Order: sequence, then structure tokens, then C-alpha cells
Amino acid sequence: MSLLRLVDLSTDIALRRGTVHALDQVNLEVRQGETLGIVGESGSGKTMTVLSIMGLLPPGGQVVGGQILFDGRDLRSLPAEELRRVRGVEMGMVFQDPLTSLNPTMRIGAQVAEPLRVHQGLSKAEARERAIEILRRVGMPRPDKIVDNYPHQLSGGMRQRVVIAMALIRSPRLLIADEPTTALDVTTQRQILELIDDLREEFKMAVILVTHDLGVIASRADRVAVMYAGRVVETATTAELFRSPRHRYTQALMNALPESATDGRLYSIPGLPPDLSRPLTGCRFAPRCRFATDECRTTDVRLITDVAAAAEARSTVDAAQAHQFACLHPVTEAVAIAGSAAAPRAVTGKADTILSVRELVKEYEAGGDGFGRSPGRVSAVAGVSFDVKAGETLGIVGESGCGKSTVGRLVAGLETPTGGQIVIDGTDIAGLDRRARHSMHRQVQLMFQDSYAAMNPRMRIDAILAEPLEIQQVGDSAARRNRISQLLDQVGLSRRALERYPHEFSGGQLQRIGLARSLALEPRLIVADEPVSALDVSIQAQVLNLMRDLQTELGLSYVFISHDLSVVDYMADRIGVMYLGKLVEVGPAREVVRAARHPYTQALIDAVPSPDPSHSPGPSTAIRGELPSAVNPPTGCRFRTRCPLAQDICATEPPLQGGAHQVACHFPLRQESVA
Amino acid sequence: MTTTTSVQEDEAPVRAMWRQGLEVFCENRLALVGVAIFALLAAFSFLGPIFYHTDQVHTDLAKVFLSPGTAGHPLGTDGVGYDQLGRLMVGGQTSIVVGLAAGLLATVVGTVWGAIAGFAGGWADAVMMRVVDAMMSIPALFLFMLMASIVTPTVPMLIVIIGAFAWLGPARLVRGEALTLRTREYVMAMRGMGGTGGRAVRRHIIPNAIGTVTVNATFQIADAILYVAYLSFLGLGVPPPAANWGGMLSDGLSDTFSGHWWLLYPPGIAIILIVLAFNFIGDGLRDVFEVRLRRR
Repeated sequence: MSLLRLVDLSTDIALRRGTVHALDQVNLEVRQGETLGIVGESGSGKTMTVLSIMGLLPPGGQVVGGQILFDGRDLRSLPAEELRRVRGVEMGMVFQDPLTSLNPTMRIGAQVAEPLRVHQGLSKAEARERAIEILRRVGMPRPDKIVDNYPHQLSGGMRQRVVIAMALIRSPRLLIADEPTTALDVTTQRQILELIDDLREEFKMAVILVTHDLGVIASRADRVAVMYAGRVVETATTAELFRSPRHRYTQALMNALPESATDGRLYSIPGLPPDLSRPLTGCRFAPRCRFATDECRTTDVRLITDVAAAAEARSTVDAAQAHQFACLHPVTEAVAIAGSAAAPRAVTGKADTILSVRELVKEYEAGGDGFGRSPGRVSAVAGVSFDVKAGETLGIVGESGCGKSTVGRLVAGLETPTGGQIVIDGTDIAGLDRRARHSMHRQVQLMFQDSYAAMNPRMRIDAILAEPLEIQQVGDSAARRNRISQLLDQVGLSRRALERYPHEFSGGQLQRIGLARSLALEPRLIVADEPVSALDVSIQAQVLNLMRDLQTELGLSYVFISHDLSVVDYMADRIGVMYLGKLVEVGPAREVVRAARHPYTQALIDAVPSPDPSHSPGPSTAIRGELPSAVNPPTGCRFRTRCPLAQDICATEPPLQGGAHQVACHFPLRQESVA
Repeated sequence: MTTTTSVQEDEAPVRAMWRQGLEVFCENRLALVGVAIFALLAAFSFLGPIFYHTDQVHTDLAKVFLSPGTAGHPLGTDGVGYDQLGRLMVGGQTSIVVGLAAGLLATVVGTVWGAIAGFAGGWADAVMMRVVDAMMSIPALFLFMLMASIVTPTVPMLIVIIGAFAWLGPARLVRGEALTLRTREYVMAMRGMGGTGGRAVRRHIIPNAIGTVTVNATFQIADAILYVAYLSFLGLGVPPPAANWGGMLSDGLSDTFSGHWWLLYPPGIAIILIVLAFNFIGDGLRDVFEVRLRRR
């Protein structure tokens, strides 16, 4: 029986100009004790769906049609007081960013127990007892201490546990988790997802898991609903959906994953999602669909049940469990994802070394009091060495706080190293005078994660693209104009972009402009710091393909920094894995990902949720606990405090050793494979 | 020339930023009211004398304290026989000119000072901001009085005196903005291209602080008009026969108990209206520069 059913739910959001029809007749069902995954790109309406259920729509937002049936009662027709009770007591919600969903001025205990005090009128002491109990159940170490802490004293993963505890304290029957792990590192993500799974069984509740990550869905949900442009386009059991997706959008999404790259190219979905404030006819995916016909563009396509699958399923489950999709030309061929590795690209062995980093060290004063006294030094980068050859991509992966971005900024000359050498084209940039430094910037350029933040909002695109040329005094204004037009062609944007401001572009377009700006000075090396992590899968594929094409065309080298192993695996020729300021493993991309030698690398790989439900995550090398502080990092091997293989000898520092595939570990998992 | 996806077209018309800004501004009714009031008062002060001739130089002791409505004097006359309506126009000119000029001077000086201090940071910031702190610790009104009693206040002198003290506020404000703006990624991107600090201040810090600065400028102008009024009220304004609203208010106050209300209310109301007008305009501009309204 279903706990929550949405029947033709429609939600509008009134904006300054016009109305956005955020949801258009959404039908969903969640049954007791099951996890429903809602997946879709940004703007697809997945968050609006859950906000409509919880009554938390943004200003101007309103449910304009349909029913929200919770336990058989329509929430839209309940009296306000009863509605508040149902939403407050029987539903719990976990938001994306644990930092902003906790009140920084309240102690953890008081926040967790707030619903009890509001809805049940418990005394302070009783509430505290209950808070400690629930914190223990979400796996919080030392809950009796934590209750008296403030949110800023906890790490991101710990905070998310607190938020989950808050949602669970009234024992809700429905838990809604909106991108619960997007702001977290993969190893923490895995812990949190496991926790939600365990709690679902323990509390016998239903879970709605909203995410953009197909991998998260594949490993955790029982059923999946795929949303696009305010509609559910396909719904099926997880196994069924990943085995045989029927909607062309679902297929395109899976093909766009870096894991499913074939022949070194990703399938990218052309164009952008439609503007929901305009009236739309026909299938909303039709303008971007390879298989669209005139019929798709004119007829309203509704969800239909997959006849074959329904017949097969009738004996065991009811019709609501059937595979439904809204597509006139559904997929009939099999879709294969995962396993088909990116083809190793041939980088000539004798290419010149363009960047050579030796024993790079960067330390910061840790929160001094302004009078020269400091509690210690933050060791952000501690003795990192690597080379990048011309035309090659070096990927650097690691969790937040491992120092990968600092390495990027040091190489780009934005910060000066505390020690070590950065040799670009034969010159050590640390020892340059002002003028030489100035021209060094022509060789190395930076590409940012959030191109919107990296562009002056008050400058037009032409001014933004001209800026590097002006600073380096390249050509006269006519030559600069030519160069800018050429750059726009290279990144596939129309000339009309020149007169616009950054806020008028979508994330993917901004990333193209950012890349164009990095290319303006014809650098030989581009340091790309998380260039696609803010983008949706389909747009990410466009940008990654573009970066690869330009690399082949211009002979660029990239230092590609990312927390996402699958993206790095696709982009990089060689991969370096960083942990707490140290490079723990460097080697050819294929080998690092498929035959990791360092236990940390293996743990990272295992923690990445695979978009293939048959891959069950093995518990073997899951690492627990939190990243130690970089103020006083562990001596010896920095990973030894969390390493399952650690022994006494690990207190001495292991050197980075090996041939092409180096590892810094006393007990490498594998011997180097002989090439 | 590349193998990338086709050029992405976007049919939305190119809209200039100022045009969008104008639309937002026009949505704020009070801001439009502010503009209207200011336009009316400015027209009254500067265009009024063309149509309504009065002698504001020679006193006429035969016509003192005529009440409003007396033939030829719709608002009556003051204690030395000047026509009150004509005097309001002349006084308005001084108030508006001094207010605008001093407000703008203070804003420009304060913005440049604050932007440099905030962007440079370190000891330069420390020294520059301690200068501001030191000057702020002296009560402005007291200093105005001191200065005004040393030098003879003429209109340019008033502008300089008021400007010299009013820039402290904008300096602090812009420094705060600069402190956050300098850590923005676009400033980092510019440094990654080899750009210098001067360029950062010129092209990135000041243009992005301009919203705050413009909003503040309107309040500065309102304040400057009030300062002129204070000084004149204390008898330290431009000497007669020149007039301004503050001085007229001061003169009128001494006649309150004689029942000469027409000497008191008109300049008082004019001051309130113009200060209010600039505050409304400032509010409207704040909406315009509120980027959150813009990005959707």
C-alpha cells in the first residue's frame, strides 16, 4: 500500500516576469518501507516536488492543481493545524547543505530536540535525553558530549548526521532527503547513505531520495522516477531502469556519464532544458532528442505502462510498480554502461616536460591572533613532486582539504610556495622578478569551478575575454577583437554572446566562456580546478568533450583537479591521488583506477557509487572516521590513522616509489603491473 | 574549425544593463516620487526666478513682515522686506548646489580612499583607516563651527568644508566592500593573467562597489543639505544677502512667537522634502543594484 501518492500535482512559481510552471501533473507513489529515488538535472522539478509535499515552496510558489495523498488523506484539503502536525510529525526532511540547515547559535542538543519541545512539550532534561539517544542511533561518536557542541565544531559529515537525527527524532513515517550527500566527500557520502539505509529498516519508514547522481540512485533506491522539465518521464524499479531504460532522456543521461565513454568521447545532450515559463507543446525533451519526430513535437506525450514488463510483473507486484515511460520512440536496444573504459590516448613518450614540480611545500599560519602568536601551521601541501608533459592531462584527485586546489593555485602563480620548485618550461617560477612573473602568466592559465564567480558581473563578455589580452598587451584593439571572435568560435558560442553579461548565461555556457578566456593568451598549460563539478551530467559531457577537442587541436596540457574519480578517469592520462597535502599515488589513469596500489585510493574507488545496481558496494576497504586536521598532521604516513593496514612502521614516512605507477605506502595493495 | 557541438543560439534579446536597472527603479513607486519631488524643487529654485522676479539684494524696510497673500507677495515678506517666495528660490539654489557638490565630493574621495585601503590591506590599510578613525572621533558639527568661524563661508568654501568631513563614511563603507571584493574569484582570475593591483581597484573593485557607493551618495547629498542647514542655523552659513533654507529657518525661528509662521514653515518643509526625496531615490537605487533581483 502506498504511503504517499502524488496525483497530477502541478506547482507554479510567480516570478518578477511571468510564471514558471515548475511542476506539470506529476504522478508519483512511495510505499511503506521503500526508497524512491527521484533523479533529474537541475531545473527538472525534483526539488520542487519535495518542497511541494513539505509545504516549503519559495516565495511566489504555489501548488495549483492535483492531490498530495498522504496515508489516503489529501494534504491540500487538511485544516492548517492538522497539516502542520502531519508535516512536522510524520515527515522529516534532510536538506543538501548541512551548514545552512543548522542554526549556528544553538547547541546541537537543543536543535535536535526542538521538534519534541514544540510538538510534545517535553521538559529540557527529557528532551536532552532523547537527543542523546537519537544522536547515538545515527552513529555519532560520544553523543553525550556532542549535544553541548555548536554546529561549527563539527565536520560536514557529522553535521549531516545531526540533520538526519533532527529529521528522525519524531520517528517520521516518511523521510525526504534532498541531495543529502552532494556537499560531502565520497567517503563521507558513503557513510551517510549507508546510515539512511540502515535507519530506513530500523524505523520502517519510506524514503524519498532526491539526487542528480545516477550512481547514488543505483546503489540505494528500490524504485526510480526520472524527471525532466517539470514532468516524470520514466519510472521503474531500479534494476529494471538501469537494465533497460525506455525513455530517450534516461538513455541520454546514462550515455553522458563519464563511465560510459566509448572511443574517448562522451555522448553529450545538445542544447539546454526548456524555459518552463513559456507554454510548451509535445514532448519536452524533443528539441534535444536524436530520435524526435514531428509527432513528438506536437502531441502531448503521457506516461504509459510498458506492456511487456507489466505482463511479466503482474503475478508479483501491482500495476503501480510497473515500468512507465512517456516516450513515443522508446529505447529498444540494450544500453551498456560501466566497464567500457575510456580508450587510453597515445601520448608520445618523448614529449617535452612542460611542468615539473619538485618537493612543493605550502604552509599557512593557522588562525593567528594578529600579534604574531599562532597555534601552529597548516600544512596544506607537503612535499609534492610531479611532471606534466606537453599535450598530456594530469588528473589530481582527493577529498576536500587534501590540498589539490592549493597545488593548482601555486602552479598558476597565484600563491608563492613556502618551499620547493615549480619549473615551467625550464624556469623556476618561484625565483622570478616581477616582469618575468608577469609574462609567465602567458604560459599557465587557470580555469575555475564556478565561472560565474570568476567573472566580473559588471563586465560584458567582450570585456571579460579582452582582459587577459589587455593585461599582457597583446595586439591592438582590432587584433584583440579578432582573437575574441576566434575564441568564441573555438568554444562553440555565438558572437551575440559578446554584448551580454555573465548572469545571462547558463552554467555550461559560462564554463565555455571561462575556457575561452583561459585560452586567450595561448597558454601551454591550463590548470582546471573542478571545471565541471557544478554542472549537470549532460552539460558536463559537453564541456569535457570540448576540453578534449581543444587539447588535441592546440596541443594543450591540463592539470585537471577534481574530487570526482570518474571524471578524472575519463579526462586524464595520468592520475595523482592526494591525501592531506601529500601525493600518495601517481600513475597512468587506467592503472590507478583499475589496479590501485594505495589503500586510500582503493577506498576512494570503492566509495564512488556505481551507476550499475548489480555492483554491490563491498565493505572491505571502506574507511571510517574523519580527515585529520592539517594543523598537526599525523607523522609518517598521513593516512595511517584511518588505514586498515596500518602497522608500526607506518609512523615512518614512506617514499613515493615505483616506475610509471608510483605509490607512497609500506604495504602497497598490488605490485606494479608490468607494462 | 573545431569538432565541437554546434554554435549555441539564444534568442532572448540583448538587454542593456541600465535598461533593466531602469525598469527595477521604476517599479519602486517611492523612488519615482523622490525623483519627482527633487525635480520640482530644483525647477522651483533654478527656473522659478525666471518667471517670478524679486529683489533679493536690497532690503526694503517699508515692507517687513507682510503676511502671505499681500498683493505681490504670495508668501509674504521677512523681517528686512525680502519677498519670502523669491527668497525660497534663491535659498534653494544654494542648498541644492552645496548639497550635491559636497555629497559627490565626499563620495568620490571616500570611494577611492576606501577602495585602495581595502584592496591593499596590511599596513597601508591600517594607516589609512586609522586616519579615518581619528577624524571620525572629532564631532563633525564642532569642527564645522570651528572652520566656519575661521574662514568666511562662501559657497565653494562650504562645499570643501562639508566634503572634507563627510568622506569618512563612504571611505569606511567602501573599504568593507573592497575587503570582500578582493577575495572574489574574478580578482583572482585577473591576477592569474598577470594583472596588477591598480587594475584590480580600477576595473573590478570600484565598479562592483558602485552600487553601494551610489546608494550612499544619495544619503550623503541629503546629509550635506542638512549640514548646510545646521551651519546656517547656527549663523555660520553664507552671509547675507545670500540665502539658504537652513538660514531662513533659523531667521524664522526667532520670529515664531510673533506669529510669523510663513517664515518658518516653508523653508522647513522644503528641507524635509528634499532630504526625503534623496532618501527615496537612494532606496530605489538600492533595489537596482540588488543583484539577487537581477539573476533570474
